[in-house]
Amino acid sequence: MKAATSNRKYEPLSLLFAALGGVVLLFIIAPLISMFLNCSLPELAETAKDQEVRNSIWLTLWTSMAATALFAIAAIPFSYLLARKDFPLKGLISGIIDVPIVIPHPVAGIALLCVVSRGTFLGQMADKMGFSFVGSSVGIMLAMAFVSIPFLVNSARDGFAAVPVRLEKAALSLGASPLRVFFTISVPLASRSIVSGLILMWARGMSEFGAVLIIAYHPMITPVLIHERLGAFGLKYARPVAVLFVSICLIFFIILRLLVRGKDAAHR
Amino acid sequence: MLLTVRNISKAFSGFEIKDVSFDVQQGWYFVLLGASGVGKSLLLEIIAGLTRPDAGQISLNGKDITNEKIQKRKIGMVFQNNTLFPHMTVYDNIAYPLRSGYTKSQISKRVAQLAEDFGVTDLLNRKSQMLSGGESQRVSLARTVASKPDCLLLDEPICSLDATSRPQIRSLLRRINANGQTIIHVTHDYTEAVSLGTHIAVMERGIIAQAGKVEDIFQHPKSEFIARFIGIRNFFKGHLEKSHHQSGLKQFRTSSLDFSVLTDRLASNGFVCIRSEDVTIRNLDSMAKPTSARNNFEGTIVDIVRAGPGIEVIVDIDTDKSKLINKANSTPLEVAALISNESVKTLNLHCGKKVIVSFKASAVKYVEE
Repeated sequence: MKAATSNRKYEPLSLLFAALGGVVLLFIIAPLISMFLNCSLPELAETAKDQEVRNSIWLTLWTSMAATALFAIAAIPFSYLLARKDFPLKGLISGIIDVPIVIPHPVAGIALLCVVSRGTFLGQMADKMGFSFVGSSVGIMLAMAFVSIPFLVNSARDGFAAVPVRLEKAALSLGASPLRVFFTISVPLASRSIVSGLILMWARGMSEFGAVLIIAYHPMITPVLIHERLGAFGLKYARPVAVLFVSICLIFFIILRLLVRGKDAAHR
Repeated sequence: MLLTVRNISKAFSGFEIKDVSFDVQQGWYFVLLGASGVGKSLLLEIIAGLTRPDAGQISLNGKDITNEKIQKRKIGMVFQNNTLFPHMTVYDNIAYPLRSGYTKSQISKRVAQLAEDFGVTDLLNRKSQMLSGGESQRVSLARTVASKPDCLLLDEPICSLDATSRPQIRSLLRRINANGQTIIHVTHDYTEAVSLGTHIAVMERGIIAQAGKVEDIFQHPKSEFIARFIGIRNFFKGHLEKSHHQSGLKQFRTSSLDFSVLTDRLASNGFVCIRSEDVTIRNLDSMAKPTSARNNFEGTIVDIVRAGPGIEVIVDIDTDKSKLINKANSTPLEVAALISNESVKTLNLHCGKKVIVSFKASAVKYVEE
């Protein structure tokens, strides 16, 4: 009897869990849909023509991508080290990597400001070289990277950890240098996790508001612009910008996901 | 001496190899034979540099390589499990060790040659994940041989394969060795050791119990463990004659004796093995009684020893009175029979007594060299 009950297609417990899942899904989807539905097409078209909005979206896209690309150069080899080697204080270092996820983002902005503002050593160095971290795209990239780099490191580390060590050892025994093994065996085999970490880092950086607001109000990234329009003109003027920004982000996100999926299929 | 292993020790918790030493000369096919878990694979990993020994020294061509980096050792290893790079084609796998110091056309020429030698030409454009076990093993061998190692290490290269691809891989390994490639091959299967090895080292609980030429080990196992492990006390080298009848019954000729063997193998040089459990002993007066055993020899008991639950009786076959082949070359030819204590009493067996040893042609296992 018991077996028959559990084999039934719609078990009461599963139905309950599905209903709870529906609540969660609705909670995510409903506000977004309502935002889209409350925004008329002419409104949207007009916003798309707004030079200030265009500039901010472009700025947000390229700074988040550049921040991801630049920090990946250091973060990916570091993730490999975390996955493969044992060293003193490894637990502490892994913990430090997660700190940006835990602290409130304005605090992250303030912490960054403490090392790059005009009065600091780095700030003065930048001054001499003719630029400033505060209120510039460089500052925006720093703030974005600070809050989003844990996503790349953690994902890449898990990816490297899943690469069988014996494949790397086999490559070494075929006479390849450790650097060649890293680039031809470890990175390609961990590529799925690395790319998914890159996408996460980029998406998280693009959606950052708190830390960027503190380090660079101007030039204005889109989340800051939305915040400003909401404060100055109200929901009616902030909403179309939000809809446009979310649409563009989703399009990028979906395209990247599809590209990664296609690459995986080719591997198989 | 090509490879010298001296006093290698390595301990893990609950597992160790102790003071292992052996030498391998250029061109040898050296088989490390032992039950699973005795440290054979660990020993290979130490030679290849994948694991550092706690103590001891390894030299290759007279150069100490104990602490040399893996990639600088000139030792190639084919692992027990598939280690083909899954994101590359068969071509790229075989070409992997060739990337530096070769032009593109040299690489493609060399890969084509290796692919032909190893019978994988049709597979070159396939992803390495799409291969069968036997195909993967051939590609792994081709890839490792491409790196031109001074010494080729094989970790159980055959046991994971299906029965149809085993003979192919064996003949491939023989060919590689015949081209002068020195090979160290780890296995738990004595038939592999017999059919491939020129030299054998038997490993037992982390030490090398005995090492030497194949015939020496099988005919004169140093300890009961070795005798039991290899399971074969009766082991003779010789030549399988061409059969004149249609049946599978063939003659196997050693320097001093002829055996009847039931096999479908063609005429060739090789070994015969007869398990001591399959050998029976009779008193001389029963010689006239008919029996289905094709091999009956008169001989003298030279030793009676306890062996596990039974008694092992060693009979020196009197080559003068049996089917004699070559008088001038006659050497003592001993056959071991494992019988019960009760039989020893009933037949009144004792050292010096003349008896008849018999075994069926089907009990004789022929292994091609």
